[in-house]
Amino acid sequence: MLLRHTPETLVERSALTVNPAKTCQPVGAMYAALGIHKCMPHSHGSQGCCAYHRSALTRHYKDPIMATTSSFTEGASVFGGQANILEAFANIFNLYDPDIVAVHTTCLSETIGDDLPQIINKAITENKIPPGKTVIAASTPSFKGSHITGYSNMVSAMIKYFARNTGKKNGCVNLIPTFIEPSDMAEIKHIAESMGAKYIMFPDTSDVVNGPMDGKFRMYPKGGATKEEIASSGDSILTIGLGRTGTLEPAKLLDTHCKVPAEIIDLPIGITATDEFVDLIRKTAGVSVPEEILLERGQLVDVLCDMNQYTYGKKASLVGDPDILVGLVRLCREAGMEILHVVSGTKAGPKFERKIKELAGEKTIVKTGAQADMFYFHQLVKNDKPDLILGNTYCKYIARDMDIPLVRTGFPIYDRVGHSYFPIVGYRGGLRLLEKILDALMDRIDRDASEEKVELVM
Amino acid sequence: MSEVEMMTPGEVFKAEVLEKYPPKLAKKRGRQIVVNEAAGGEVPEILANSRTAPGILTMRGCSYAGCKGVVLGPTRDVLQITHGPIGCGFYSWLTRRNQTKPHTAEAVNFMPYAMSTDLQEDEIIFGGEKKLKAAIDEAIALFHPKAIGIFSTCPVGLIGDDVHAVAREMEAKYPDVNIFGFSCEGYKGVSQSAGHHVANNKVFTDVVGLDDTPKQGKFRFNILGEYNIGGDAFEIERIVGKCGMTLHSTFSGNSTYEEFISAHTVDLNTVMCHRSINYLAEMMEKKYGIPWFKINFIGADSTAKSLRKIAEFFGDGELTKRTEEAIAEEMEKVEAVRKEIYERCKGKKAMLFVGGSRAHHYQDLLGEIGIETIAAGYEFAHRDDYEGRKVLPSIVVDADSRNIEELTVTADEKRYQPRISEAEKAKREKEGFAFSDYDGMMKQMKDKTLVIDDLNHYETEKLIEMYKPDLVCAGIKEKYVVQKQGVPMKQLHSYDYQGPYAGFEGAINFYKEIDRIVNSNAFRLAKAPWADSPELSASYGYTG
Repeated sequence: MLLRHTPETLVERSALTVNPAKTCQPVGAMYAALGIHKCMPHSHGSQGCCAYHRSALTRHYKDPIMATTSSFTEGASVFGGQANILEAFANIFNLYDPDIVAVHTTCLSETIGDDLPQIINKAITENKIPPGKTVIAASTPSFKGSHITGYSNMVSAMIKYFARNTGKKNGCVNLIPTFIEPSDMAEIKHIAESMGAKYIMFPDTSDVVNGPMDGKFRMYPKGGATKEEIASSGDSILTIGLGRTGTLEPAKLLDTHCKVPAEIIDLPIGITATDEFVDLIRKTAGVSVPEEILLERGQLVDVLCDMNQYTYGKKASLVGDPDILVGLVRLCREAGMEILHVVSGTKAGPKFERKIKELAGEKTIVKTGAQADMFYFHQLVKNDKPDLILGNTYCKYIARDMDIPLVRTGFPIYDRVGHSYFPIVGYRGGLRLLEKILDALMDRIDRDASEEKVELVM
Repeated sequence: MSEVEMMTPGEVFKAEVLEKYPPKLAKKRGRQIVVNEAAGGEVPEILANSRTAPGILTMRGCSYAGCKGVVLGPTRDVLQITHGPIGCGFYSWLTRRNQTKPHTAEAVNFMPYAMSTDLQEDEIIFGGEKKLKAAIDEAIALFHPKAIGIFSTCPVGLIGDDVHAVAREMEAKYPDVNIFGFSCEGYKGVSQSAGHHVANNKVFTDVVGLDDTPKQGKFRFNILGEYNIGGDAFEIERIVGKCGMTLHSTFSGNSTYEEFISAHTVDLNTVMCHRSINYLAEMMEKKYGIPWFKINFIGADSTAKSLRKIAEFFGDGELTKRTEEAIAEEMEKVEAVRKEIYERCKGKKAMLFVGGSRAHHYQDLLGEIGIETIAAGYEFAHRDDYEGRKVLPSIVVDADSRNIEELTVTADEKRYQPRISEAEKAKREKEGFAFSDYDGMMKQMKDKTLVIDDLNHYETEKLIEMYKPDLVCAGIKEKYVVQKQGVPMKQLHSYDYQGPYAGFEGAINFYKEIDRIVNSNAFRLAKAPWADSPELSASYGYTG
């Protein structure tokens, strides 16, 4: 038993987090920044932060994750990091020639109180930033929020620094995805494109962190939203935020900043959530739903119905990021599954809890924020054994100890591939997710069946 | 001939790279990129353990990573609490692959747990000591550990939380639990190396020496600087046992607290990773009289050599015989595999940029299958790791290393006992037996090879472009950067989730793995067949 020290009895904790179900803001900010074309993410702090974030993202995406650091040593921690970041700008533009440097802070630079907008202004006045190049900044101390809020803060920074209302509408719908896979971002674009909607999506990490191998290293792969696209988002008809926790703040900012109204909807995982997304695009962009999308939808419904006997009444426990959790709960419920537990280290507030209970019923245990960690999740699972766990790679210890199948979802997934190439959002993503859930449940039936009960056709 | 034509490839590389840097940086990098000249016995000086230029895409991490991640990470039954916001604790959770095997199914194993005080803004403003104390209360109630280590992250140092005072106070409250803190804030020093030193100091003052009960067995020694990545320590334990020696404790792969506290009862310390733990070996020698020497269990020949040296130290006929028998038996298996793989790998070229001894150790292993190392360097080493310990007196302490505590160690009044007399030691040294010494990596590397400290991304790209190596060995952050260029990359921090690579079985594993990598068809598929022939030049139809 790998987690042999986790007791079944739940004890209230107030100070100790054990096996966190979240991580810190800067990693989310770094990931978001990779979704801008020709952008170098920059970590303002000691180099360990940058190393850890690059390692975490590299292990998850298995692709180069380029990001620079201010490399604070003790001196910078005492006297402030201004000299470091000014030197960093010179080196970054000289050696790596990005169009944009997206700086995020760390708990170190925030604790000493480095004022990044002021430092950037100074860099501009002193011509430390080459002409045509831009530096943007987001405040992302690790002692607040989680990787999801860090992501959201960096997206807000993109809006703050780039989005402009020129007074002339561009006929586009803005699509702001929450912290999801590059494959999911591609799938959202696929839906908007097949519907013929004019759209601007940012950030967009598709083709950036799931790039091809062709014998060449590209510091800036072809993907990512361009500065011009983000600028133009201020002239769009509507912003659709996909996933409340990750997109509400940036969408609101775009509204106050450029008067682009916003609709925040659930991340389109499963049929009804994708329906809502498709319908909103249809109405906003004034387009109709093409055969292609109807086919995808129909196929998902088909499999959902054909295989209902294997999912109906099965109990699932979920841990992860709030926006993905809402989507997963929706799909699981569509498949007739019962939701026992929903846990997220990211504080998602009462609206989240209400939403989950609306979807899954009052009995579902929902906990987010402080001490909503995997230790607590494991204890819940010990008390009320589910048929399936949905969560990130760290769940494998729980799954193994408890002998419960695990479907890997969310961040990070260090020990499997596929997540960055195949989506879980949209109808096609729903089909893949459903396939994974069915595989897990049916493999289990096959494994546990007595010899006379082994079925060839299922 | 022009001057450029007379330059060696290494010098050309250096000149080209430096040209791109601003003058100040170029001057510094010029001292960190060295074309080796080991032939004369005197290696050139290299600049190491100095700050990384801000904005440079670096391979390095921080002090916390060195302390919590590297040195203390593999300790199975010391409960570790990261004091700080959530990130650091999260990232050091299980990712260094320190394998551990408790003696029984119920024995303590905290390795799969990551504990943090998850500091919030209020605690950054008003101080986090109260929360840390509460976290220790909760941890003790839940896990009943024998020992707790507290690891400071950047903001903790800045807001002035005194983890050492908290440790003392909580130890007074729980006298049965050994509680100690590490001031390993990420901004200390210039890399992971600072954290290693911090870890060594505290393990020495608060852990080693608490229990004088020796382990049963003959020829007892410790291995320092072996972290059991991919099961390396398991293989070393197997071999040492086969030779009839007793491995008292490994610092810190597959280790237990009990073994740490009695580690001073052995007769010998051996050091694998010189950089991360030489401090502990030095301090244990001064306080307890335990001699130490550098060994290397990476590579079959190196393993044999190291075993012989240990046996020679103990100077027992029966032990020597048994050791030779074990080596012969193991080598037979190794040779069978090695010969075949040598034929397929000889002449290939490798580059190693990793760690603070690994870039040296793995050159032996690669050499055994005919792979030459054309460039190598360390991520966080000091000059002695490159040039040998003889340069120690001439290393200048700068502001970035001055903030790491240097302990003044004196002989323990009761327990100091030289394991080998001064006369005997001198005699052996005269016969060529090196104690407390390390020659460094450069002496072993060929003339004109490149030695680069703190390699960065820009230089990595240049190296690959210029040398087109068959294999690059580095870490996860470099892996896909290299592989996208169609060059295979082997991770030598995590072993690409394989191993063990230490000892004899490990050597066999590594030979096979490198054979797979450098001879794999997959990497040859990177370029499409039409990549070099644009459509315009294509010809159609009958050409016969």
